[in-house]
Amino acid sequence: MLAWTCTNCTEPMTLVQKVNSATRRVPAWLLYILLPVPGLWLFWQAVQNQLGPDPLDVLENGLGEYALQLLIAGLLVTPVRNLTKINLIKYRRAIGLMAFAYVVAHFTVYLLLDQQLYWDAIWKDITKRPYIIFGMSAFLVLVPLAMTSNNLSIRKLGPLVWRRIHWGVYYASVAGATHYVLMKKTWEFEPLMYLAIFAVLIGYRFIRFRRRMIA
Amino acid sequence: MYRHKTDLKYSDITPRNAFLNRRQVIAGAAGLAAAGSIGGAAQAKLMAKKGSPYSTSEDANSFEDVTPYNNFYEFGTGKPDPAKHAHKLTTDPWSVEIGGLVNNPGNYALEDILKEVTLEERIYRFRCVEAWAMVVPWVGFQLSDLIARADPMGSARYVAFETLHRPDEMHGQKSKSFPWPYVEGLRMDEAMHPLTILATGIYDEELPKQNGAPLRLVVPWKYGFKSIKSIVKITLTEKEPPATWNLIQPGEYGFYSNVNPEVDHPRWSQASHRPIGGGLFAKRVPTLKFNGYGEEVASLYAGMDLHKLY
Ligand code: HEM
Repeated sequence: MLAWTCTNCTEPMTLVQKVNSATRRVPAWLLYILLPVPGLWLFWQAVQNQLGPDPLDVLENGLGEYALQLLIAGLLVTPVRNLTKINLIKYRRAIGLMAFAYVVAHFTVYLLLDQQLYWDAIWKDITKRPYIIFGMSAFLVLVPLAMTSNNLSIRKLGPLVWRRIHWGVYYASVAGATHYVLMKKTWEFEPLMYLAIFAVLIGYRFIRFRRRMIA
Repeated sequence: MYRHKTDLKYSDITPRNAFLNRRQVIAGAAGLAAAGSIGGAAQAKLMAKKGSPYSTSEDANSFEDVTPYNNFYEFGTGKPDPAKHAHKLTTDPWSVEIGGLVNNPGNYALEDILKEVTLEERIYRFRCVEAWAMVVPWVGFQLSDLIARADPMGSARYVAFETLHRPDEMHGQKSKSFPWPYVEGLRMDEAMHPLTILATGIYDEELPKQNGAPLRLVVPWKYGFKSIKSIVKITLTEKEPPATWNLIQPGEYGFYSNVNPEVDHPRWSQASHRPIGGGLFAKRVPTLKFNGYGEEVASLYAGMDLHKLY
């Protein structure tokens, strides 16, 4: 398991070894402090009216984009380990939970500041508008994931059930990106890019899974 | 009516060279004036006539609200994109080709168009289909003045508009996901309505390029995308002309596109909107039918089912 540690090696450490040894010194809890910073900074600028004529739009969209970026980061952990032997698995829970926190913030901004608790409009949005349905379903799928992102849950549920629940992240990522693609009035590059990245990250797993089945 | 009327004929139009010369003289004079005045603005103010009965008494958005926040896909799809890229657009010289069912067709130089009209300020509510809104102090003249000058034939029932197509300067036009150039249309009675203007400025400044310089339509009771920018062609037709968003997504954007809180866009409820400029915590405002211009324009649509003809 700890094959990558190189305490007794004579040759100089490779980059991979350096990164892996660095992760032993950087605790995961640091991410719970660092990752909220961009969102809080954006919120602060919005409150200070420094985001142009429509601060709400910049804030709401910015939180949504950070959520997608953190979902990508979380999904990168496994392929990075497989392909480079850099092991960042100890940060994955923090990354995932922070992605969820950004989705919650995004949804809260939508409810309080965008729709301003006009429940008629919100209900219509959630039941009628495809892009909101995708966003909402992504959010709902992420809720049990976030709630079971702790050691106790893993122990109680057992790794098999736990892993099944957490496959939901594949749906949430694709649905989140689809939500972004659909809200635009034309086919835009950036949202399609996110969708393509998730397709690659999920496709990679699928291919590996098939290979292992055959092997 | 206080406003200026024209009965000029096409033959009265001065050749373009003369205008270009005149414009250079004016530009030179403006330069001198600017150099002479301490801290004077480099650009001459438009000095439009104020106090139009068609202006709203609501507070207008600031210049800083109106000019960096635009939908102008010719310069990119993000709101800040046009302000970043529109400087590449050449707006001088500029002319508008007026044709179709008119007795005075021709290529009208912008200077010539402006010479025959009185610029006035029109402070209008502006409602975007994306459910946000502003109040903009446009400077312009009634479209009806220009159409009258082109002398429409009796058979003309619609007016078609076209934006400049110049991908070298408007990089958005290199995107294949849009049928360039942008086109729009109005029914003749809508086009001739006194609320309908061609704008050349805001806040007594020449129209910034990202806002549709040098000449754009403003139809305040319709969603913003009807108010086509940087117009180079106006054609009077018998049949309903194409309108870009309607062409792309007929289920989402109708030809009429009157502001109507009762008819939702598939992506946005139109019942209310967010006023721009009020900061992060600005309250939503209920949207009024015809953007609050019902008294002036509702009669144009008498007997029409606006749920079907949205
Ligand atoms: C996993 C869940 C979600 C993700 C990843 C996500 C992501 C995003 C992204 C990336 C954007 C656009 C950013 C941009 O334009 O630059 C966005 C915008 C938006 N999202 Fe979400 N979102 C999620 C859930 C939701 C939910 C639950 C709602 C509301 C029910 C929602 C409502 C909106 C709205 C209203 C916009 C703005 C649309 C506009 O500007 O017109 N999202 N979201």
